[in-house]
Amino acid sequence: MYGWSGKIALIDLTRQKIDVQPLSPDICTRYLGGRGMGGLFLQPAATLDRDHPDVPVCLFTGPLTATSAPTSGRCHMVSISPLTGLMADASVGGKIGVQLKRAGWDGIVITGKSNTPVGIEISDSHISLVEAKILWGMTTDAVHQHLNPKKAGLACIGPAGENRVRFAAVITDRYHAAGRTGLGMCLGAKKLKYILVSGTGRTRVKDPELLKQARQDIIRVTAASPALMGRYGFSRMGTGAMYDLMDNRHMMPTDNFSATWYGSAKNLNAAAYARAYSPKNHGCRGCHILCKKIGTRTSAGTAMPEFETMSHFTALVGLQDIHLVTAANQRCNSLGMDTISAAVTLACFREITQKDFTPASLLALLDDIALDRGQGKALKKGAAAYAGSMGQPDAAMAVKGLELPAYDPRGAYGMALGFAMSTRGGCHLRAYPISHEILRKPVATDRFSFSGKARIIKIAEDSNAVVDSLIACKFIFFAAGLEEYAKVFSAVTGQDVTAQDLLAAGERIYYNERIINSCRGFDARHDDLPARFFTQPGTGASQIRVPPIDRADFLQAKAAYYSVRGLTQNGLPTRKKAEQLGVSWKSL
Amino acid sequence: MEILVKKYAHKLVDAGLAAPSGPGAPLVGGLDQDLVWNRTAPEIPVLERIFLHLNINSLVFLRPGFPYDRIIRFLAGRALKAAGTIMPQDCETRTFLHDLPVVEQFDLPAIVTALKQRKTVIIQGNDRNTGFFGPAVIAPGTVSPEQGFVHISSVCFACFVAFFSNYLTGLKTGRKDPEMDQVFDQVLPFLQKELPASFDLMHSPFCREKDVYAAMVQAGRKIVDHGLVDSYFGNLSCCWNNTLYISQTGASLDELTGCIDPVPLDGSSTAGITASSELTAHLETIARTGCQVILHGHPKFCVIASMDCDPVRKAACAFADKCHTHCPVPRTIGSVPIVPGEVGTGPYGLCNTLPRACETSDSVIVHGHGLFVTGKTDFNRAFSTLAAVETLCKTRYLEQVRYLRPA
Repeated sequence: MYGWSGKIALIDLTRQKIDVQPLSPDICTRYLGGRGMGGLFLQPAATLDRDHPDVPVCLFTGPLTATSAPTSGRCHMVSISPLTGLMADASVGGKIGVQLKRAGWDGIVITGKSNTPVGIEISDSHISLVEAKILWGMTTDAVHQHLNPKKAGLACIGPAGENRVRFAAVITDRYHAAGRTGLGMCLGAKKLKYILVSGTGRTRVKDPELLKQARQDIIRVTAASPALMGRYGFSRMGTGAMYDLMDNRHMMPTDNFSATWYGSAKNLNAAAYARAYSPKNHGCRGCHILCKKIGTRTSAGTAMPEFETMSHFTALVGLQDIHLVTAANQRCNSLGMDTISAAVTLACFREITQKDFTPASLLALLDDIALDRGQGKALKKGAAAYAGSMGQPDAAMAVKGLELPAYDPRGAYGMALGFAMSTRGGCHLRAYPISHEILRKPVATDRFSFSGKARIIKIAEDSNAVVDSLIACKFIFFAAGLEEYAKVFSAVTGQDVTAQDLLAAGERIYYNERIINSCRGFDARHDDLPARFFTQPGTGASQIRVPPIDRADFLQAKAAYYSVRGLTQNGLPTRKKAEQLGVSWKSL
Repeated sequence: MEILVKKYAHKLVDAGLAAPSGPGAPLVGGLDQDLVWNRTAPEIPVLERIFLHLNINSLVFLRPGFPYDRIIRFLAGRALKAAGTIMPQDCETRTFLHDLPVVEQFDLPAIVTALKQRKTVIIQGNDRNTGFFGPAVIAPGTVSPEQGFVHISSVCFACFVAFFSNYLTGLKTGRKDPEMDQVFDQVLPFLQKELPASFDLMHSPFCREKDVYAAMVQAGRKIVDHGLVDSYFGNLSCCWNNTLYISQTGASLDELTGCIDPVPLDGSSTAGITASSELTAHLETIARTGCQVILHGHPKFCVIASMDCDPVRKAACAFADKCHTHCPVPRTIGSVPIVPGEVGTGPYGLCNTLPRACETSDSVIVHGHGLFVTGKTDFNRAFSTLAAVETLCKTRYLEQVRYLRPA
């Protein structure tokens, strides 16, 4: 095969056994790779308890990984979320995806539990389980320093993953996080501290000349994208470039989503970080955008926070210190925690206890969470569990248990619907409507209207399922489209596909996720937003009104979405639709 | 959706691309849970079935009005005798549409096949059995009918530019093409319309921020009214009080209210992330020239003139297939320089060529793209210059045709 290596490794940590499984061309074409393939291998475990040893942690590359396709140097991790109970997944940056593919693997599927801490080391076709007792308890920075991976790719967990923090992250190649849904705890539960991968092979490309042309097409459209390559785009300013925009649009979540505008924001933006830290560019393998920023002074070598972290560790928790944000970001990465969930959980804590943070008290709480001590014991379960335990469930700003990112849904109704319908909970990336509702790409839509949004969200979800499976970075789709990536896919694999063919694969991948989640008891009751968004207005301004979301309009859009997606009005998948899409059926 | 399908149908008519009524009126469909159309039409049963084959939420069907109907029919006919695609060389097509597929009949499988690969499809022919007549253009959207509107508008623009460009090149190489002569003669009346020499726009000084916004909204509307820009491409900016006010990316210039970004010149805010993709070029130009306003449109004959090159010289040029980025020859039309440069900030982006050229001229044409004009304090002079350069380019073009074409 071209594009795929055609084999995966099945690694059983209980039996310390490693098997090689071939992948058929048909499976590769239908599920692509990454998230699609991860979902396929997760489905048999869909009815198991979330901490059952047979629940796999899947790490899959895609057919484009380790080729010259722009932004393709990624992989995708999939399991069952300890935080939400839903399918868990995250796109993984850095270089581990490229190394895994170069080692000759389309993916690895890890099952079982080790009795003692272990690491998985992959060097081309050789895979070994290595004792990791000495690393247990170490921060991710220390693990990186200890293993000194050089050109190899390294994914590891920190103390948070070991101590069963439900929003623990997996940190790859020091600066990149598989942040959301608690995948770090999935690894910790298996006593798996790290995965180290190096490869020397190449992805076979069917038509290198066509790939070169397709790459040039994509580079050209990204150069024309203000959001990516413009003076204030991600390439120059990092994802923090969104900060001023969210403030200007009055959709910056403030004080645990009780307001949507933060008076201090203008001093806490990406320009402020640029002045203070003189960041340099850094990025994932195979990317020309290089959105990651690393400080060169004032804590040189420190990763600059992403937009979500900048926003949530200021406006959401009521602080005004960029150095605190940088420190909190560094602390979360080092301890191995998702910054979004951590910040929203702390904001929930602040609302319930009515106690403001100081920079020191906030950092101390982050330590307590990761190290399972003091109030951290309750907070490590996430905002929903914590608020529930305190008798104030409405204070948890989460959807299906996943804490919300830094876009207030009262300021973008596609985002509201996207949050509610997402198969991994309160996630902005499944449909990523920020593209058209805020960044005006491919064209602008009315952000204060549900009109047409049900189908828009469904199509975008399918499209992003493809992106997470090829694999590419979602950011580049602010400029390019599946039309351009279909050409890349054809060049790499030799399969003559169109954007619509890829979207069909995306619909299959997404429907499979709905099936997995329905097996875990999720239905229309869970496809909802926190009540606050329907009852309280956001913070308006002279020319911007931010009213509460009209509940009836939301429910109408939700019903339309179910219809468009081929679900019952109770939000459940049907056998008939599954068969139509060619997805294997499973139910409770 | 009802509002949107009607809005973009009207915009196609207002842009002079379609008839307001009858079979030439635009047909726009939008699908959320249910499919709605702006009007009834015999084509709808086939068009509805496109929604079953593609993951889309909207569709625009247009029989282009005069002169685009003649031009597209001709180019589509030629394409069908060759590779089946029209390959315009203008910047927007190169960057966003890539090429324009053509099918012969109003045939669902052929249309779907083309739309699975590209943003538009052109139907060239007539069908006596069904009564269908072409040419027609179809363009879907995944988030809004605006995508179909933009892409169809771009097709009309690209075909117009491609036709007149190819025609002149053909004459210069001595190629005889009676069919093309005939189409040229048919569309010639369209070129008779003159642009006014001066415009009455808001005058500087602008004392308040809201005056800046108002002046930009007015200039944007005027540039569309005079057909100096197609679909939403083009942009404009005004520097006031150490802030550059610039139209947002993808903003319709005739609907700029609420679509202008203030960008502080000291770089203290990144709110300009939604500004036009030419923000960097605008900032650089203002820094180099001290001008206060910049107007950028896509006047058709400026674009055609920028692509006009001596065929003999071009055949010997090492950069013949990279004129838009690498043209090594300093060229002018009158005193107006023509520079290479792609959209945006890439290594061959126009931000690297345009600002320098603006130091010596208040109007600069970017190859295959459009015209940038600077103004000292308000849009009056800039607008007049824009119209004058387009008139100059059109006049020069017609003079060349008259000279080259045998009587």
